[in-house]
Amino acid sequence: MSVVGELNSLRRPKGAKKGEKEESPDNKAGYLFLAPWLIGLFLITIGPMLASLYLSFTDYNLIQPPEWIGLDNFHRMLGDSRLLNSLKVTFTYVFVSVPLQLALALLIALVLDRGMRGLAFYRSVFYLPSLLGSSVAIAILWRQIFGTSGLVNQVLGHLGVQSPPGWISNPDTALSTIILLHVWTFGSPMIIFLAGLRQIPRMYYEAAEVDGAGTLTRFSKITLPLLSPIIFFNLVLQIIGAFQSFTQAFIVSGGSGGPSDSTMFYTLYLYQKGFGQFDMGYASALAWLLLVIIAAFTVINFIAAKYWVFYDD
Amino acid sequence: MTSLSSSTLTTTGNGLDRSGTSAEGTGSGRPKKSPVLSAVKSVAKHVLLIAAGLLMLYPLLWMAVSSLRPNDLIFRQPGLWLKTLHVQNYSEGWTALAQPFGRYLLNSAIVVIGAIVGNLVSCSLAAYAFARLRFKGRKIWFAIMLLTIMLPVHVVVVPQYILFSQLGWVNTFWPLVLPKFLATDAFFVFLMVQFIRGIPRDLDEAARIDGCGHLKIFWHVILPLMLPALATTAIFTFIWTWNDFFTALIYLTSPDMFTVPVALRSFIDSTGGSNWGAMFAMSIVSLLPVFFAFLFGQKFLIKGISTTGIK
Repeated sequence: MSVVGELNSLRRPKGAKKGEKEESPDNKAGYLFLAPWLIGLFLITIGPMLASLYLSFTDYNLIQPPEWIGLDNFHRMLGDSRLLNSLKVTFTYVFVSVPLQLALALLIALVLDRGMRGLAFYRSVFYLPSLLGSSVAIAILWRQIFGTSGLVNQVLGHLGVQSPPGWISNPDTALSTIILLHVWTFGSPMIIFLAGLRQIPRMYYEAAEVDGAGTLTRFSKITLPLLSPIIFFNLVLQIIGAFQSFTQAFIVSGGSGGPSDSTMFYTLYLYQKGFGQFDMGYASALAWLLLVIIAAFTVINFIAAKYWVFYDD
Repeated sequence: MTSLSSSTLTTTGNGLDRSGTSAEGTGSGRPKKSPVLSAVKSVAKHVLLIAAGLLMLYPLLWMAVSSLRPNDLIFRQPGLWLKTLHVQNYSEGWTALAQPFGRYLLNSAIVVIGAIVGNLVSCSLAAYAFARLRFKGRKIWFAIMLLTIMLPVHVVVVPQYILFSQLGWVNTFWPLVLPKFLATDAFFVFLMVQFIRGIPRDLDEAARIDGCGHLKIFWHVILPLMLPALATTAIFTFIWTWNDFFTALIYLTSPDMFTVPVALRSFIDSTGGSNWGAMFAMSIVSLLPVFFAFLFGQKFLIKGISTTGIK
């Protein structure tokens, strides 16, 4: 079961398993084994979360002690046009690249489904980019590919296109190149789809075929509903991940988010504020806004899931 | 979890029929499919898949080839064939930065090894507790653990930075390695919990009857049986830590401490992003470890990803 499925199941209390006899509790051992994780949870996660919540109400530059300024950071956000732009860029990125990536992942997974000759080979070929895609090396490659005299324009030149655009130096196209990079890494959701497809009993399709259902009907009446928990799972995780994209935009734009802030991802802006200008209070406020946005999307996803995700149990 | 590998490529015998079935058009219905038609369809499918695969890999192959071309040819040749080998890119790239590139590889290796050991130790301990031990608050902690998987790092990074800088740890490897010893990569805890749940309880119950304590059961029974999960964790930790740019960018400030991604980034600054040959050469060097980890660890990577959906 997936992380999301597990979370889902925690909401509904399972029928108390009274059959299992209550063993003597292992409280001490439990907490001993859990100790490293617990220390990390408080020292590296919850503590810093609370600290960042506090800092979001302060002005802090690492040198002077934090100064309480109430909601000023959040007021400042409303008038911060670069921030609003970075939200626009990030939302565009999430809303375009995630559906495209998942659609492609599902399409290829369907083609590669059961009984496919050479499955292992194709799976590797399509999966490899998603392992490399988050690396600086690939971002550097992208910088060249879509540069003014980069690979894409060489190919276009060979095809006779006169003066093709400078993809990453043009504010209208720069974001698309990063979206394309994200779509290119569809391999990991594809693997999850493949695993999900394998769980669908073959006989459903056979029965449907006997009833004369065509490919499309079988896809929409069997595959999609039975795969919907997996689609949901991929959707939730990919959205969360996409909101946090950083490396690609950083490298492709040389850290600037340019041209004209067209690749100024939210996290890149946060990085510039926090670690470029050491405006730590504002950066913390930005971080909390990001958390709220991601949490809101996740909650909306879970609510919407009631209407389209089909659970077999 | 184990169902995956066993059914991976077993059906080659009737593979053609089956793929034919799923690709069958809507109109013609079921009556006896022509074997010729389904063979043609199968061939077409493979041709399309190979074309798509080549398109996917083309940028990578092109970079590998271009790393062996002189700079001016990189800008003129979209093809994948090489007339001469311009290996100077590699020697140039190796020495182009403040430190020889070997230094960055070494730094990355130190961080990666630390991270792997940290994740293996701390995550397996936590996973054993969640999967096998009954203690008060287990469900709540487990739910919190699942939630931290989805927590964006940005909401903790500013105070973490302040904390580590007050400890004097900026520009050391501690901020990159220490959190791993505290099981902060919670998806691995989850992955291992899933795996341990699949190990029959009878085994540890028998050990308990024999008088083993939890530490002994963990060490002698569970750990040896969860080697595949440990391997999965090690390989993913390797790849992600090797690729990790954000944390290294924040904490590592002097060139002699740079890991490979930060060093690659400084190529853009130091050469104005113009010496593509040298940059590509070192990019290839930086991708090779990941590529080999992928090559040898595929089985684990695919299992890990399909059970937990970790990216």
